[in-house]
Formats: sequence, structure tokens, C-alpha cells
Amino acid sequence: MVARMSRQGELVRTSLVYRHRLPTRLAHWVTVLCLPILVLSGFQIFNAHPALYWGERSDADRPLLAMRAERTPAGSLKGITQVFGRDFDTTGVLGASRDGSLGVQDRGFPRWATLPGHQWLAMGRRWHFFFAWVFVLNGLAFAVYSVGGGHLRRDLLPNRRELRGLGRSLRDHLLLRMGGEPLGRYNVLQKLAYGSVVFAVAPLAVLTGLAMSPRVDAMVPILPAVFGGRQSARTLHFLLTFGLIAFTVIHLFMVAVTGVVNNLGSMILGWYRIPRREADDDGPNGN
Amino acid sequence: MTGRMGIDRRRFAVRALQLSALSLLTGCDRLSRSPSVAAVLKSAEGLTRRVQRAFRPRRAMAAEFTEADRSPVFPSNGTTSPEDSTYQALAASGFAAWRLEVDGLVQRPSRLSLEELRRLPARTQITRHDCVEGWSAIAKWKGVPLRTLLDDVGVDPRARYVVFHCADTMDEGGSRYYESIDFDDAFHPQTILAYEINDRPLPIAYGAPLRLRVERQLGYKMAKYIMRIELVETFATIGQGNGGYWEDRGYEWYAGI
Repeated sequence: MVARMSRQGELVRTSLVYRHRLPTRLAHWVTVLCLPILVLSGFQIFNAHPALYWGERSDADRPLLAMRAERTPAGSLKGITQVFGRDFDTTGVLGASRDGSLGVQDRGFPRWATLPGHQWLAMGRRWHFFFAWVFVLNGLAFAVYSVGGGHLRRDLLPNRRELRGLGRSLRDHLLLRMGGEPLGRYNVLQKLAYGSVVFAVAPLAVLTGLAMSPRVDAMVPILPAVFGGRQSARTLHFLLTFGLIAFTVIHLFMVAVTGVVNNLGSMILGWYRIPRREADDDGPNGN
Repeated sequence: MTGRMGIDRRRFAVRALQLSALSLLTGCDRLSRSPSVAAVLKSAEGLTRRVQRAFRPRRAMAAEFTEADRSPVFPSNGTTSPEDSTYQALAASGFAAWRLEVDGLVQRPSRLSLEELRRLPARTQITRHDCVEGWSAIAKWKGVPLRTLLDDVGVDPRARYVVFHCADTMDEGGSRYYESIDFDDAFHPQTILAYEINDRPLPIAYGAPLRLRVERQLGYKMAKYIMRIELVETFATIGQGNGGYWEDRGYEWYAGI
């Protein structure tokens, strides 16, 4: 039991709960290191052929999405993103953007979204594949720990009662009215979000990535087949990336609105501070 | 008062975020130029190669497709018309004077004409070509399995790599294209020296008169305009020593991924 002064100057009783065990914390921070590098180097690799297709082949006249640059009559470069056959002017961000001293260049994603910054496919691949290994080994270790150590069953799988409360929880979150749920544990939305990222989105990102490897495709022909072909796998790999980015954005937002210091501290040292509610009081002799 | 503070704090947070993103990027850019960092990152290539090749069967075949699956247009990438005068002269005569030299660590160094190659048992395969840039195209290839040729010339037991020397000069420095593979791929049934694409003689844009197909690796391994095949114990003394033109420019020697 700890007593602290709140910002409003009232005395608030808080207690610390051990929220994240060491393997979870380690896996989290290794992911924090890997994910930005994988996304940025992935955009570098994408820029070598900034178009997406469905199926086994990439027929140049049938892209789902394609970024290109066109020279305007005035002589400047215009960036165009084609989505399902419709052109959008995306100058400055997609298709054509400023690349340092080189001026406006013909490139898919802009310099600030790729690793390395300028066009350098070979180095982008090196970053990508090195950190893909770190990401995969880290993910495998965490999956083994979660399943074997009970983290999955104890903290990540929602029970029937929680799932029934899903609608209410979703509404509360959208209205930013959090706190109706026990604070020491994950609520149902957290469970679903973390569980699906760790056990569905991230593994699918790895598998769609592997489905682009010609050697893996020879060894496991079913892999590109289930995704609809190598180019489909590439498209899905790209979409899953945006799934991970969306998760990260929402995750960071939630961390920010529910207390940066407390959240960050609990993911570093494991301890999470919760306000002590009257109902939690175990009698006058408690403490 | 608190509102003002809030805005300032928010502005500070946004600046801090921008700054950290920028420093991450410029930091990574600087790291990319450091030879030691590049070497650490490159270590993943060896891991990938070992793990991918640990899986059985080692002879696993790349997918083969039907005629209907072929790309309407097969992109021609890299060099599409070598400017070298010797090559131009050979092309002008329909490669009648062209000879494939096979030498290095072989028991019987040989020179083969296109006609002689065409008389050897051929393999035809409809396969998917995966470029390092990200695109894929499907075409039908016909050629001599490399294994047939290697068995004919007799591989010296010291040989570890098959090096392909090409006709096309790539830059002002005069570097010609070259590539190398090891016997894991050289003896693979789908590794062929192709002289036909989609039932017609290989056009110049696709590597006439002879190009390599290594179906379980990326496109840049599949050397076009092959003039000479050399068997070596090490490729350290060839080009800049990394086993290929693009490998000398930072790309992986093992391009199975």
C-alpha cells in the first residue's frame, strides 16, 4: 500500500501490482526494436517495385496498387498512386518526393519512411532479413513461454463472460471512458488485441514474408498457395504491415491516455500502480 | 493557464517524437554506411542459407506451371542488349561462331557450339521468375540441365562453385556480369542452361544465346549472355570476391530469399 498526492492535491491511496513478467517485458522491447526497422526497411524493399498484385504473377497492366512519377508539362515530377485503377495525386508523399540534395525523385514511399533513406535495396534487404530473424526468434520464444507458462490462458484468452461484455467495453473505449474494468489485468479488448497480434497478425506477416522466398516455395508449395500465389502473399505482407502499424498507433494512444509513466514503468520494471478502491479495502486493520 | 501549458507540452512531445524518429533514421543511415554494421547485418544471410538448406528434401522442386499460367509479357531486366563489339559480332551471325567455354577445375575443358548444346538431352519447364525487386513472371524455358554438362566435362573433386562469365559490360569500370552457384543448385534437376523461352530461340533481351535458370533463387542469379563456365574452389579472386556482379554491390550471394 502506497499513498501519493494526486495532481489535485488529494491524498490517493495506490497499490502496486506485478503486471508484466520478465519474459513479456523482454519480448515487448525486442519487438519495439524490430518493428520500426522491419517496417522502414520493408518500404525500402517495396520501393524497388512500388506496385502490388493478386495471384502468382505481377502483370504490369493489372496492379491493385501502383505508385509512379510523371513529368508535368512544367517539368516537375508528379507523384501518382493508382488504387484499383483510379489515379490519385500523391506528390510529395507517394510516387514522387524530395530526396535530400537529389531533389524530387521518382520513389514509392518518401525518404523519411524508408531505411536506408535513399534508394538502396541491397542494404534495405540486409536490415530486413537480420531483424526478421530477431523478430521470429523473439516471437517463437514468447509463444513458447505464453503457451507453456500459462500466460496465454491466464492473461490473454478472454473467457465467455468477458466476450459477452465486448460491446460495452468497445463503447466505453470509443468514448474514452476507461476504468470500469479491473485495472490490474487486461480487459477484453486488450486481450483480443494483444492475442491476435501475437498469435495471428505477426505469424501471418512472417508466413507471407516466407512465401516470397523461392527456396521456401519449393520446399513448402502449400505456403504460397494458401495465400493465393507469391504476388498475393506480397500484397498480404504489405496489408499485414499496416495492420501492425494501426495496432501500434492505437496502442501508443491508449498508453498515452491511461498514463505514460505508469504504463512505461510497468513494461520496464513489471510493477503497475493502481488506485486503491474502497471495495478493495480489506477492513480497518487492512493496510 | 493550464491550457497554454497543455499546448506547450503537446508541442514539446510532438517535437521530441519527430526528433527521435529523425535521429533513428539518420542513425540507421549512418549505421548502413559502417562496414562493421553491414557485416553484422550480412551475418543473417549465412543463417538463412543454412536453415533453408537444412530442410529436406534438398532436391525439392520449384513449382511448375501450365502454358496458360505464362505471363503475357515477360519483363526483360538488367542488360537488354550488350554493347560489347565481340558480342555484337556474334549476334550478327546468329551466334554461329559463339562457343561456350567450360574450364577451371574440370577433367576435360571443353568448347561447345549452340548446335552441340541443342543436341544434348534437354529439359523444358514452366517456372516463376522472382526478381529481387519484387515482381514475378512465368515463362517456359528449354535448355540443357547443367548437371549433364558438368558430368560430361568431369568435375574435379576440389571444385566447390560454378562461375558464369557473361558478355555484358555493366559499367564504365568495365566490370562484366558474372554469377556463381554451388553444387546444391548446380546439380539440381531444374538448373538448366536455357536457349529457348516460350518455344522460340532466346532473344537478345532475355540473354541470347544462353542463360542460366536457377529456379530456387532470385533472378539476378540467373546470368544472361553466358560465354564461359568456370569451376573453382573459391570465388575470392574473381571480380571483387563476393561471387557475382550484384553480390559485389551488396546483394546476398545466397538469394533463396
